[in-house]
Amino acid sequence: MLEKNKIKLNNIYALLVVVVLAMPLVANNYVLNTFSDVWFYVIVCLGLNIVVGYAGLLDLGYAAFFAVGAYTTAILTTTFDMNFWLTIPFAMLFAGISGVIIGGPTLRLRSDYLAIVTLGFGEIVRLTARNLEITGGSSGIYGIERPFFFGIEMNGSIHFYYAFLMLAFLAIFVSFRLQYSRLGRAWQYVREDEDAAEAMGINRVRVKLSAYVIGAVFGGVAGSFFAVKMTAISPETFMFTQSILILLGVVIGGMGKIPGVICGAFILVLFPEIFRFVGDMRLLAFAVIMLIIMLKRPQGLWPSRLG
Amino acid sequence: MSTLDIFFQQLANGLILGSFYSMVALGYTMVYGIIKLLNFAHGDIYMVGGFVGLITLSLLSPFLGAGWAGILVAMIISMILVGLLGVLIQRIAYVPMLSAPRLSILITALAVSMVLYNFVMSMTSGEYKAFPVDLGYEGLEFGNVFITYTQIILVSSTATLMLVLHFFISKTMYGKAMRAIAIDQDACRLMGINVKTIIAMTFFVGSALACAAGVMAGVYYGSIHFFMGFLIGLKAFTAAVIGGIGSIPGAVLGGLILGLLEAFGTQLPFIGSEWKDVFAFAILILLLLFKPTGLLGKTEIERM
Repeated sequence: MLEKNKIKLNNIYALLVVVVLAMPLVANNYVLNTFSDVWFYVIVCLGLNIVVGYAGLLDLGYAAFFAVGAYTTAILTTTFDMNFWLTIPFAMLFAGISGVIIGGPTLRLRSDYLAIVTLGFGEIVRLTARNLEITGGSSGIYGIERPFFFGIEMNGSIHFYYAFLMLAFLAIFVSFRLQYSRLGRAWQYVREDEDAAEAMGINRVRVKLSAYVIGAVFGGVAGSFFAVKMTAISPETFMFTQSILILLGVVIGGMGKIPGVICGAFILVLFPEIFRFVGDMRLLAFAVIMLIIMLKRPQGLWPSRLG
Repeated sequence: MSTLDIFFQQLANGLILGSFYSMVALGYTMVYGIIKLLNFAHGDIYMVGGFVGLITLSLLSPFLGAGWAGILVAMIISMILVGLLGVLIQRIAYVPMLSAPRLSILITALAVSMVLYNFVMSMTSGEYKAFPVDLGYEGLEFGNVFITYTQIILVSSTATLMLVLHFFISKTMYGKAMRAIAIDQDACRLMGINVKTIIAMTFFVGSALACAAGVMAGVYYGSIHFFMGFLIGLKAFTAAVIGGIGSIPGAVLGGLILGLLEAFGTQLPFIGSEWKDVFAFAILILLLLFKPTGLLGKTEIERM
């Protein structure tokens, strides 16, 4: 019976993949742009999910990593005339390094201290970007050139739709592989009981740090694609609310569950689009929903049996 | 201005800023001390306090005027209202979560903060609101250093509130119960202390103090807006950590130190006022690295 359900579920997943791949054939630009945003949030939410969901570390400054990736690509392509594709490894590298910088010294702290320190770090990155010359100050960097992909200039909604979709698939694949890897099991052990995990010979600082770095790299890659899609970035893109939005996606769907996090990203983007008529109250409604979810279903909307 | 004048002017600025931080930090530290919850919504309670103060003051000013008498009455009324709001938040959001994992209650606190923040934002359409006070700009002059009466009154009223709190905590039965609960909740229950009521009372006192700080900030800066709770919440937490979280004198000390560091930090070469906030967060991170227990905090052994 269970086996049969699993086959059924796999069929549904396969159908969904076909639907999202074929979508540009029928959808208009508005729908494509909206769904590009969905895939973008799938990537960053899965990245944050590694930190919050797997390793159980509350990170309130995730937008910082995404900012580091975006600024790296923006600076390298505009000031140094570098090819976009070559900037991606740099974006990953710098995001990873910033993960080490913030994670290394602070991961020994208690969870609530960590939350505040990551929040402070997120603000430091944003304020630094606003005050430095190379990051364009408060107006940010604009005129970032669109990249070429095998001779095709990526300038339409459809190009970025596929680019973010492929990245989202990659992120899902990597998350799945990580979840059941040795490292993934170590994360979950540390999350459930740090002291017991350490007693079993898990180096908890190293394990947590790797969660930070891998999560940061996800954010960095998403950031560099974000920069070329938008062609302009400014410090205000990476406000605290951005970090909170990403966290919301992870929590609504269900921390640590990949299909749940994907659902969360969908809700995050589609809810405001569908409820446009609510206007200014949109974020308030969102906050109330998040509060109710935390009180009534702290494990998230996705049922744990399916995850 | 001579260097000495700058020193005294920044000393005055730092003390005023620091006394705001201290008031908010007290609420953080009291709640943390008693139920080990980092109340993320505390900065937003300060912000809501400012707005409640604005509303009561506008309702009262036809009768009492926009001077100190009106401000005092409005502040007391809004402290009571916001204190009750704090208790309400605790009942709705925190009581059901006390046995849940640490991460869940932190996210719940974050959600409460978002609800308050977005509520005020949609009510005020994100605009700055002028505080209806008329206090003039008279003050005392010491050489080139100028301190307004408003500043003097604000600092002395925070000092008064802190003394009252100190008396409440150290001399009354309720204060004694609070200190006992911070040490061992279960033992307190066995000794016949109504733990639930005392925890609610802690939230009341903490929120009322944050509200007082919010009203004073409105009086001092002349306008308030929905975003003002975020940064001060963060900095008051920094102040609480500097002093040693859970320690009440520590919160006051930490707030004053942070205020002074910020005031003098802007005078250092290479650190202009645009780097002020970066400076405060950098202090927080460095402090947590080298002395996570803070200046007056006790070393705590985490339970298994």
